[in-house]
Amino acid sequence: MTLPLEAETHLIDIRNVSKEYVMGENRIHALESVSLKINRGEFVSVMGPSGSGKSTLMNIIGCLDTPTDGSYLLDGQDVSRLGRDELARIRNRTIGFVFQGFNLLARTSALENVALPLLYGGIRTEELNALAHEALATVGLADRAHHHPNQLSGGQQQRVTLARAIVNHAPVILADEPTGNLDSVTGVEIMKLLVRLNRESGITIILVTHEREIAEYGRRLIVFRDGRVVSDGEISQ
Amino acid sequence: MISPASTLTIAFRALRANKMRSSLTMLGIIIGVAAVIAMLSIGSAARQRISREINAMGSNLLIVYSGSSSSGGARMGTGTDPTISLNDVVAMRDECPSVQDVAPIHSGAAQIVYGNRNWSTGVMGTTASILHINAWEILRGRPFTPQDERYATKVCLLGLTVADELFGAIDPVGKIVRIKNVPFRVLGVLKPKGQSMTGQDQDDVVYLPITTAQRKLFGSSVQGMVRFVMVKATGLHTLEKAEQEINALMRHRHRIAPGQTDDFTVRNLTQMMQIAVTLANIMTLLLGAIASISLLVGGIGIMNIMLVSVTERTREIGIRIAVGAKIWDIRLQFIMEAMTLSLIGGLAGIVLGQAGSIALCLAAGLPVNVSASGIVLSFGFSAAVGVFFGFYPAYKASLLNPIDALRYE
Repeated sequence: MTLPLEAETHLIDIRNVSKEYVMGENRIHALESVSLKINRGEFVSVMGPSGSGKSTLMNIIGCLDTPTDGSYLLDGQDVSRLGRDELARIRNRTIGFVFQGFNLLARTSALENVALPLLYGGIRTEELNALAHEALATVGLADRAHHHPNQLSGGQQQRVTLARAIVNHAPVILADEPTGNLDSVTGVEIMKLLVRLNRESGITIILVTHEREIAEYGRRLIVFRDGRVVSDGEISQ
Repeated sequence: MISPASTLTIAFRALRANKMRSSLTMLGIIIGVAAVIAMLSIGSAARQRISREINAMGSNLLIVYSGSSSSGGARMGTGTDPTISLNDVVAMRDECPSVQDVAPIHSGAAQIVYGNRNWSTGVMGTTASILHINAWEILRGRPFTPQDERYATKVCLLGLTVADELFGAIDPVGKIVRIKNVPFRVLGVLKPKGQSMTGQDQDDVVYLPITTAQRKLFGSSVQGMVRFVMVKATGLHTLEKAEQEINALMRHRHRIAPGQTDDFTVRNLTQMMQIAVTLANIMTLLLGAIASISLLVGGIGIMNIMLVSVTERTREIGIRIAVGAKIWDIRLQFIMEAMTLSLIGGLAGIVLGQAGSIALCLAAGLPVNVSASGIVLSFGFSAAVGVFFGFYPAYKASLLNPIDALRYE
């Protein structure tokens, strides 16, 4: 008898997860009994055509949605049956989101955008400002703290989003097409930043993309089709 | 849970982002609150005015009549058999705690003459306290004094009608008039009071000291008796008590055994006032209700704008929920926004409504009054409007699906 080592607890442990939607008369099986384990510190790229179920899986991993069937253990805790506010608390502490469309609040400074998760995490103002400045410095935007999103370039906006994702020291970043709205040079910059965060801070990164080149920044590739995982393996560097 | 200060900051930022829309929405509340404030204070001014006019007629009044005489089976009506003495009157004032003041009255009709003019009028022998009881003031000259009453001085006060008929443009103060051929010096003229509710000209009257009337004009079958007494109670609510106290006192003083009929009658003059005040209250309520409708419309305006705002900011709500906003974080944010609109609108409405009602009251000659309860009520009411009409949009926002909200264009 040996006690399970900590390394044996997977950060993300998805067991036979299914997701069904009812659209009018039809039932749509977005995910069909998917099982997936992701360890701490991994950089996983997820690919697959539209409607393959990869977005549904991302939403479930991000605690924005719950599975119809199966279970999802996040850092050892079963989160597949939690209520709205409990999921909000877990998202707030565990997951950083990076979206294709940046999703920053307009008319709100970069600093305040970055501090948003801390605000809902109940962090006091002084500590909140210090942490937000630190996160902005990490992504190289210390001098843009008081700029509003419309005063920043696309690449800078995406870096603000990254700062927001790391500000609460979340162990996971979910990046959904983070380079989709950027030109290729800026896209590369963002990807390098993600790689750096993965290597230096040990943040687990799950990246969804259409582009093979972008996917290859990761070290593991999962391919989705028709609600199932069709391939899962290491990317040869 | 996010701190209230941060929620307020978020609310202000959102409202500033749409200045025009926010101010128009507030305008609805401003008009509503201003209308409520104006209606309430005009209503209360009107009520005050009515009570003042009724007070002027004499409020909280009882009349105690002497008993009726009968002659050969024909009863002669109240006050014809003077049974109330001046001592009874003094006792009423001194021994009944609910009685504020008394004025005995001994009256009759007489011809009054000045120079070549004459006029027939009601002559009332009374004390100077009648002026207080009837809330009557002197226009020119002065009232008679306790000395005048003690020595039965031949002095009188003229009602304005009498003064006009006898003197025209001449100032009557200090002049000598003759009543039943007895010369009287005019001490003063009373302020006009107009018609009574029963249509009598209240200014067609002459007041004399009661002793003078008893001894020099009308005489009395029994010396020192009066026909009736005006009694002013300490307040509206003590009126009934005063009536009971007087009854008990008089029965005791006149040694009327239980079961025996009173030799006096007590009448109450206040029902009229109660009706008028009730009417004024109904008016205020009605005006307030009409004004409340505009506040309600203002509230619906807030709800409408908040619903638009929630739809427009679906993406923002999605972002907030994604990064960890809980149901009540979102609800409080939108409720706070609605409340900020309604409270700022409410404050502006209070200022506007108060200014408007002061202007209207001044224009209409009503007493100006600032109704503190109206202000507190309106402020509370506009806060409640914010919460009530802000809740549904906030509720809707808090239950948005973050996945759909983030995808919303």
